[in-house]
Amino acid sequence: MRSFSYSRADSVDQALLGIAANGHGPAGTAAAVRFIAGGTNLLDLMKADVLRPSALVDINPLPLARIEDGPDGGLRLGALVTNADTAYDDRVQARYPLVSRAILAGASPQLRNMASNGGNLLQRTRCYYFYDTATPCNKRTPGSGCAALTGVNRIHAILGASEHCIAVHPSDFCVALAALDAVVQVRGSDGERSIPFADVHRLPGDTPHIDTCLNADEIITAIDLPRQGFARHFTYLKARDRTSYAFALVSAAVGLEIEAGTVRTARVALGGVAHKPWRDPAAEALLVGKPPTAETFAAVADVLLQGARGYGHNDFKIELARRVVVRALRDAAEREPS
Amino acid sequence: MIAFPSFPDRLETPGGQIGRPVNRVDGRLKVTGAARYAAEHTAPDLAHGYIVSSAIAKGRITRIDTSAALALPGVLAVFTHENRPDLAWFDRKWKDEDSPKGSPFRPLYDATISHSFQPVALVVAESFELARYAARLVKVDYAAEPHQTDLAAVHRDAFAPSKDKGGFQPPPRPRGDADRALVEAEVTVDCHYSQPAEYHNPMEMHASTVLYNDDGTLTIHDKIQGASNSQTYVCNVFNLPKSAVRVCSPFVGGAFGSGLRPQHQLFMAVLAATQLKRSVRVELSRPQMFSFGHRPRSLQRVALGAHRDGRLRTLIHEAVQETSQFENYVEIVVNWSGQQYKADTTRLDYRLARLDVYTPLDQRAPGAATGVNAIEMAMDELAYALEMDPIALRLKNHTDIDPNTGRPFSSKELRACFAQGAERFGWSRRNPVPRSMRQGRDLVGWGVAAGVWDAMQGQAEARAVLGLDGSLMVASATADIGTGTYTVMSQIAADVLGLPLEQVRFRLGDSALPTAPIEGGSWTVSSVGSAVKAVCDKVRDRLARAALTLEGRPFGTATADDLLFTDGCIQSRIDPAQRLPLTEVMREAGLFAIEETARSLPYLLQRARHTLGTHSAIFAEVRVDADLGTVRVSRIVSAVAAGRIINPKTAGSQILGAAVWGIGMALEEEALTDHRLGRVMNHDLAEYHVPVNPDVGTIDVIFVDEEDRVVNPLGAKGVGEIGIVGVAAAIGNAIFHATGVRVRELPFTVDKILAAGGP
Ligand SMILES: Cc1cc2nc3c(=O)[nH]c(=O)nc-3n(C[C@H](O)[C@H](O)[C@H](O)COP(=O)(O)OP(=O)(O)OC[C@H]3O[C@@H](n4cnc5c(N)ncnc54)[C@H](O)[C@@H]3O)c2cc1C
Repeated sequence: MRSFSYSRADSVDQALLGIAANGHGPAGTAAAVRFIAGGTNLLDLMKADVLRPSALVDINPLPLARIEDGPDGGLRLGALVTNADTAYDDRVQARYPLVSRAILAGASPQLRNMASNGGNLLQRTRCYYFYDTATPCNKRTPGSGCAALTGVNRIHAILGASEHCIAVHPSDFCVALAALDAVVQVRGSDGERSIPFADVHRLPGDTPHIDTCLNADEIITAIDLPRQGFARHFTYLKARDRTSYAFALVSAAVGLEIEAGTVRTARVALGGVAHKPWRDPAAEALLVGKPPTAETFAAVADVLLQGARGYGHNDFKIELARRVVVRALRDAAEREPS
Repeated sequence: MIAFPSFPDRLETPGGQIGRPVNRVDGRLKVTGAARYAAEHTAPDLAHGYIVSSAIAKGRITRIDTSAALALPGVLAVFTHENRPDLAWFDRKWKDEDSPKGSPFRPLYDATISHSFQPVALVVAESFELARYAARLVKVDYAAEPHQTDLAAVHRDAFAPSKDKGGFQPPPRPRGDADRALVEAEVTVDCHYSQPAEYHNPMEMHASTVLYNDDGTLTIHDKIQGASNSQTYVCNVFNLPKSAVRVCSPFVGGAFGSGLRPQHQLFMAVLAATQLKRSVRVELSRPQMFSFGHRPRSLQRVALGAHRDGRLRTLIHEAVQETSQFENYVEIVVNWSGQQYKADTTRLDYRLARLDVYTPLDQRAPGAATGVNAIEMAMDELAYALEMDPIALRLKNHTDIDPNTGRPFSSKELRACFAQGAERFGWSRRNPVPRSMRQGRDLVGWGVAAGVWDAMQGQAEARAVLGLDGSLMVASATADIGTGTYTVMSQIAADVLGLPLEQVRFRLGDSALPTAPIEGGSWTVSSVGSAVKAVCDKVRDRLARAALTLEGRPFGTATADDLLFTDGCIQSRIDPAQRLPLTEVMREAGLFAIEETARSLPYLLQRARHTLGTHSAIFAEVRVDADLGTVRVSRIVSAVAAGRIINPKTAGSQILGAAVWGIGMALEEEALTDHRLGRVMNHDLAEYHVPVNPDVGTIDVIFVDEEDRVVNPLGAKGVGEIGIVGVAAAIGNAIFHATGVRVRELPFTVDKILAAGGP
């Protein structure tokens, strides 16, 4: 078999050393050294011959599997807490039900039991061409072309795509995190940084092989949820081709703060439509200071979907996204606290 | 040896085992993992093969460089068209029991590429992982040629096939001037339907483990729906005597038709084993499961014209399906419409168009699951055009004489299916107005469709051995692809001989056993079941004769007809006190064992005078999200008339499973082909969607009483396919009822529902 070295790291420092010892190498798809957490995405991609790391650093022993109170009244989700443990955590369910719902809308129980929070952020697109090494794909093999542009693109992007790549980021969890303005804590050989969620994932541009702003030698240690969890008025709505175990065609994470019939704060993030969870402050601003009405919801959808374009099979996503946004906003506004 | 069935052989009064909802006799083996599948057999010297698949859809291989693969320690060989041994030359040798007309695909034969994912090399290595890795190092250069994989682009070039495959009937000649009648009819509908290519994707991927025995013979564990079919194929292609090849397939992890023909992994494994003289296993990957047969894509038109009272004036059904460049795969798509409904005039038309794809392959209810969808959706459209209840319209056009042939049906309890299904479903509470029924944010829709399938029978043989300990072993080289063959055959044998089920063992899935046809088309109970009954009848005759001639005449003046076989005993009907255990009869008669073989043949004459089939009525309830247009099937009632039901539990599971599949067909299943690349792109089960648990609401199965004296001695018709026929149509009709929009292109995904103007 294609051989690779495997080591287990007991501390973050050791993990970083493990990466450094194998040389940083290029970032993105070609990275030669990788952390492995749940392995639910990485191993599939290795079996499909899409990723060919020469070294794996197993980070599962790291002490990053806790959910703790965070700074400023927030909650800190360790990078190695499983998606399942996160979704069923009492604090998450009570204060951040949006996160819980988003996670439970994804994958299957078996996968969620294995998948880590850090790995979920860094999972790769499900574009058919990315997975099939017999076809061109700029994300997999830079410069080979984007077959999805004119090919089968039912599940592809309608926003923020480029002529080099129209893949979408497939995560549900991330859509909720984007809506909540989460902050991702990373450590690298150059020390620690905090990355606002909106800056974690990139648009494809002409370097679609790079999904995120993380360097190859950086490890996600935690995800911080800010204090405002929108536990009263929230929705995670996922439109998909089957009821479970399917990625989103379009999803929306909505959090509203409503006081005396007036929206005070609004967050709307869309999944399944772009290379990253999609937000537009201008759209959210339309809601603030107004009562939550159908007209406003429609206007929000219009602004969010400004500039949306389809590539044939996915044209329908524009209309579907509009409906998902309106419905999700309505559901969030009408939600009776449970 | 031939037991010619005649009417007295008919099973008039089952003896207690038939009709019981017995659990699967192989269930425990399956759930404990003791049942071993083709890829689970091993040998000390086992080598592993991995197939290299073509990246292009059409063209030629200009160069294959295997040096990097061969350079890896542990890689044993790489087989390509350049180094393969001599193989059979004539097409005839490459044909199998299920081959359509044409020139079968020959793996590694030459440099020609005829379809994407075509196997172009086999890497054999000491481990699976190594073989897979080495396969990626095989560098293949191609000279690509323009290909065509889009049926819509070529359907005008389609041709009318003749009798190109066993069991296929070209459409009957038109009756009257159907096209003119369409123009003149008071009420008409004229619609086009499309169904995508669907891949079988059984849970177990195709695999063959070839054990190379010391004497050079081969024991092959193959995934196949008929061990003898693989045996014959291997012998013909590799020029081996039958004595040198034994094929076993006692357990098959689902097949649905994908195992009817030997697939290329069998060829590859035998090639490597015979060349390397060691045991070899080749298993396909999930993407490679998209490299061969599939339900063909189809384009259909149904035009109906009716009198005001609902009687059909005209019925036109045209279908075009894809086939490969090298074989004419055909299935019966349109004939069902002419058989099911009586119209004043009828024109049925069926054509094939060639594409650069692999030859399609029978998939559960081949043809009917396509054609019946179209006619049943069209009938619903006509019912709305007539402002008539869709069941009433179907009953209005019901016929007990097959209009295609003028012959009566041997039995057809379709009306009872409608009546009992409607009752169970609550059809009378349906408000026919589209969008009239709501629940919360969901639009609720109720739809109905009828289903029909054949009741075929083939020749089969069986052997039975009754031992002095009262154990009965019955065997036939048939298959159990999860359908319950082991169980129902055991029930039939136990029933005839009045034995407790635990004393009966049925063996199958071994080419060394008495011949049986491939398991498909819902004919296994009919074919093999009749052989099992025939052979057990012979054993019973022997026992009866022995009992009646025993010393001391323990059965007095009783004749053979007076003897009852029950609870392991023979008992006189005249005097129940005259009763002896079978084993005692054998012992006293000096019989150590009774061994019989029998072959059963269909009632050819009777069959030729009738049309035989199973029938069903399917009721579906859908919930369509009123904001988003997404669909969920909340309820299905399937009422089936299939003659005598040997085991309502396993038969019920067939209908249940088929209904689930029908949900998938209606809402999810579709091979997404990139026509520029000529390649199916969603080639894994994350993206090729089949139903998951929450997609499936409640499913109610009803078996309607039906007596059939023509079909076979058992009066049983087989239920493997009927359950899927018409399900997608019932769901499509329910979607219309819920939303007021018609989607005529399967699957009914949200994009199409929104595009049609829904919800
Ligand atoms: C069939 C299927 C269906 C699915 N459906 C859904 C769905 O509907 N919705 C959804 O959201 N997801 C879905 N998933 C994806 C699933 O959520 C991800 O595979 C999972 O979250 C990845 O987590 P992991 O721990 O297994 O990551 P791994 O596979 O271990 O790693 C993934 C990547 O992240 C990197 N990595 C992991 N942890 C860290 C860290 N702490 N720091 C830096 N790098 C790290 C790895 O190096 C690797 O590159 C599905 C997956 C499958 C296989």
